[in-house]
This record gives sequence, C-alpha cells and structure tokens, in this order.
Amino acid sequence: MRDFAVLYLQQFKTTFASMLQYRASLFIWMISAVLEPLIYLIVWSTVSVSRGGSVGDYTAGQFAAYFIVFMLVNQVTYTWIMYEYEYRIREGLLSPALLRPVHPIHADIAENISSKLVTMPVMILIAGGLALIFKPTASFQVWTIFAFIPALVLAFLIRFLIEWTLAQSAFWTTRVSAFNQVYFVLVLFLSGQIAPLSLFPRAIQVLANILPFRWMIGFPVELILGRLTPIQALTGIAAQVFWLFVSLGLVRVVWRAGIRIYSAVGA
Amino acid sequence: MNYLRLFGVYFRLSVMNELAYRVNFYIQLFQSVVELATALTGLAVIFSYTSTLAGWTANEMLALVGVYFITGGMIGLVIRPSLEQFIASVRDGTFDFTLVKPEDAQFLMSFQIVNIWKLIDIVMGFAVLTTALIRLGSKVGAGQAVGFGIMLLTGTIIIYCFWLVLATLSFWFVRVENILVIFQSMYEAGRWPISLYPGWLRFALTFVVPIAFATTVPAQALTGHLTLETLIGALTAAAVLSVVSRFVWRIGLRRYSGASA
Repeated sequence: MRDFAVLYLQQFKTTFASMLQYRASLFIWMISAVLEPLIYLIVWSTVSVSRGGSVGDYTAGQFAAYFIVFMLVNQVTYTWIMYEYEYRIREGLLSPALLRPVHPIHADIAENISSKLVTMPVMILIAGGLALIFKPTASFQVWTIFAFIPALVLAFLIRFLIEWTLAQSAFWTTRVSAFNQVYFVLVLFLSGQIAPLSLFPRAIQVLANILPFRWMIGFPVELILGRLTPIQALTGIAAQVFWLFVSLGLVRVVWRAGIRIYSAVGA
Repeated sequence: MNYLRLFGVYFRLSVMNELAYRVNFYIQLFQSVVELATALTGLAVIFSYTSTLAGWTANEMLALVGVYFITGGMIGLVIRPSLEQFIASVRDGTFDFTLVKPEDAQFLMSFQIVNIWKLIDIVMGFAVLTTALIRLGSKVGAGQAVGFGIMLLTGTIIIYCFWLVLATLSFWFVRVENILVIFQSMYEAGRWPISLYPGWLRFALTFVVPIAFATTVPAQALTGHLTLETLIGALTAAAVLSVVSRFVWRIGLRRYSGASA
C-alpha cells in the first residue's frame, strides 16, 4: 500500500510537471469540453422558452443547472486514453511501460488525475461565468452532496476502466476510430449528454439504466441536482459498484489477452 | 491553370494511395452514416418537443445538416489533412522539401493531401440537402441555386483562410496541432443555426471563428432567408481574410529556418 502511495506521488510529480509544460494544449482541450454542453444548454433552454417555460420536468434554469453540472462531472470523469493508446501501440511506445514492475494503468490514472488538477480551477471559473449568464436554478440538499462524492468517484473509476479496456482494442486493430465513434455515440445519447435522460422515451431510459453510460456521467449530475429519491440514489450507487467490478474484470482479461499479441509495431 | 493541373496530380496520387487500402472506404462510409444518424436522431429528440428552433423548422434544420456535412466534407477532403501534414512538416523539418519546389509553397502545402473518402460526406450532405428541399416543397429558383453555390464557396474560402492562419502559427509555436482541434470542436457549433446563440456567442462564431459563414449562411441562401447585408458581409469577409492570411503566411515563412538543418 505504501509502495503504491509513493508510486502515485512520483507519477503525479512527473506528469504534473509535463502538464504544466503543455498547459496550452490542455486548455485547448477544455474548449470542446465547454462548448458541447454549452450548445445543448442553449438548444434546450431555447426549446423550453418557446414552449412557455419548460420541457418535461426541466425549466430553462434547470437545464442550465443540468448542463453546467454535467460539464463539470464530465470534466472529472473523461479520459483521452482511447486516442492515446492507438498512438502508443502504433509507435511502439508501450514497450518501455512494459518494462516497469507495475501495471501501466497506474501511470495512466495518475496522469489523468494530475492533468485534471491543472484544468479544474479554470473549469470551475468557466462554470461560474456560465452560471452568471444562464442563471441556473437548482435546490441542493445536504444528503445529495454527501452521496454525490462516492457517486462521482465511482463514475470516474467506471469510465476510466471501461475506456481503458476499449483502448486495448488497438492491440487487435490499428483502425480504432470507427470503434471509438460508436462508443462516443452511445455516450452521447445514453449518458445524458445530449439531453437529460428523463426527456427520452421509456425504452431508451430502461436501456440507459442497464448499460454503464448513465452511471459514468448522468447519474451523479441528477443526484446532486436533487432529482433522485434516496432509494434511487442507493440503487444507482449499487449499479455503479456492479459496473466497477465488471470493468475491473474486463481490464484484467483484455489486458492479458492483448499483451500476448503485442509485438511492438514500429520497434 | 498550372495549379489546377498540380491539384489533379495530388488528387490522382491520393486516389492511388487510398485504393491500396480499400477497406478504408467501408470504414469511412460506416463512420459517416453513424455521424449522420446521430445528427438526425438528435434533431428528432429536440423536435419531438418543439416545432421550430430559433425560427428554423425541422426541414430547414435538415437542410442545415446537409450543408454542415458538405462543408465539413470539404474541410476533411483537403484543408484539414493538408494543413495537418504541413504542421507536422514544420516540426520535423521536412517542410524544406516543399520550399525547394518551384511553385508557390502555400499552394503546394494547402493541397498536398486529398482524403478522398471524405467525398462520401459531401455526397451524403447533398442527399440530405435534396431531401430537405423536397420536404420543404419549395421550388429552388436559379437565383437561389447560384446564391447557394456562391455562399458555399465563400464559406469554404473563409474557413480555409482561417485554418491557414492557425496552421501558420506553427512557424512561431511548435505544438499547434491542438489549435486545429479547437476549430474542429467549434465547427460542431455550426450544426445549429447561428440565430440560436446568445449575442456574444453569435459574435464569436461570426467574427472570431467564422463558422456562421460556412453553414448557416449557405443554408439561408437556399431556404430564401439570406439578407443582402449578410451576402455582402460574407463576400467582404472572404476577400479580407484571403489577403490577411496570405500576409500572415509570408511573415511566418520568413521565420522558418528548418528544423532538420
């Protein structure tokens, strides 16, 4: 355990330094992280205004709250590992990572977290600015804030592990872009990215509950905005724990199979 | 004329290159279909709650999606792959080889790569556009068709000049490929009519990152909502940006010293 703490601390130090080096590109990535929820915020609040105030169970102000919080939760949980892995395997960059005595996923987790430490303050400022412009309305309760923390941590872990597993598809094919695109479309519709899930037909909502996408972003957002009952929150966290175990299993299986066929293309 | 011939050569080279990887065609076809289906499903969700969005009906939005695919296809066909290659070549010094050729370096680098599979997006965009026009039941007169053609061309020129300025920054800063990522993600905003956005964002998408000219304005030309001011504004923007981007390019070129030498 202590070894892991030392390992992570060191990884944080090195990646933090390199993140600060490339902070410009970090902030460039943030633009798309802001723009997409911003567009849907504007689309849905326009629709709700044209309908005389609300769409489904959301008013314009509640849409603003939803998409601003969604932007922040997405910022906490998102990864870029699926782009990165294809490059790593194609260029043979995975080889040095394999020589290390620890599983390479730890370095990736540390890198992910440290880059977010750099970008998060700016993201919160942007969220504050958007809040001034779009005037969100939300009612926070004490228990939802406490329940939000484990939900957010679980959401981060599930998303990281699943996307890390998907990134391993680069072991089998060097054309991962089509594969990634299908994944992003599923995230778009089933995580609540394009619209809150309660606006979708019943069948889609059921599907979203079964699949992992809602548990990676939408669920913590709905939770902190006070849209879930305590029972729904508990069920949700249970679903997250279930997906955590599934994704941990996937990481092990897929990594072992992938590493067996890796032959360092380009080396 | 010479430039046309050179472009023909680049195009032929790309075709020959790509035909060796024919499976790319199916991958691109699949990706384009998924992207279109995503856009249409998104519209279906939104229009299940409303009949107009910022004054645009569902069918007019469909026309906008068509234009979005056509312009996006043109960017992906030549502009994006060529300029990405250019940025990489400034970084590793192979831009030297472009400079020693006896033609204008800006032309050579702007058209050096043709990603022919993006033609799928362009074809699909025209199909969507045609569907939208049939459903709108509007007769497209010769005037509107010409207006649309001119606005599409103007929009593409504006986007090209804008990308060129961004790519030229690589003479000063080495890691600018991310700037192109910004543009690509901002281009998403062009899927929606510019009138949807609040004033500050509309300003930004017109004058800072001129996406409005690439999608909203051509779609307006076709649906008959184009005002004379917008038309003149678009033509002026294209002219000004052409001059400015050329100017920035020449200044940047003077800074280039070759990374490998």
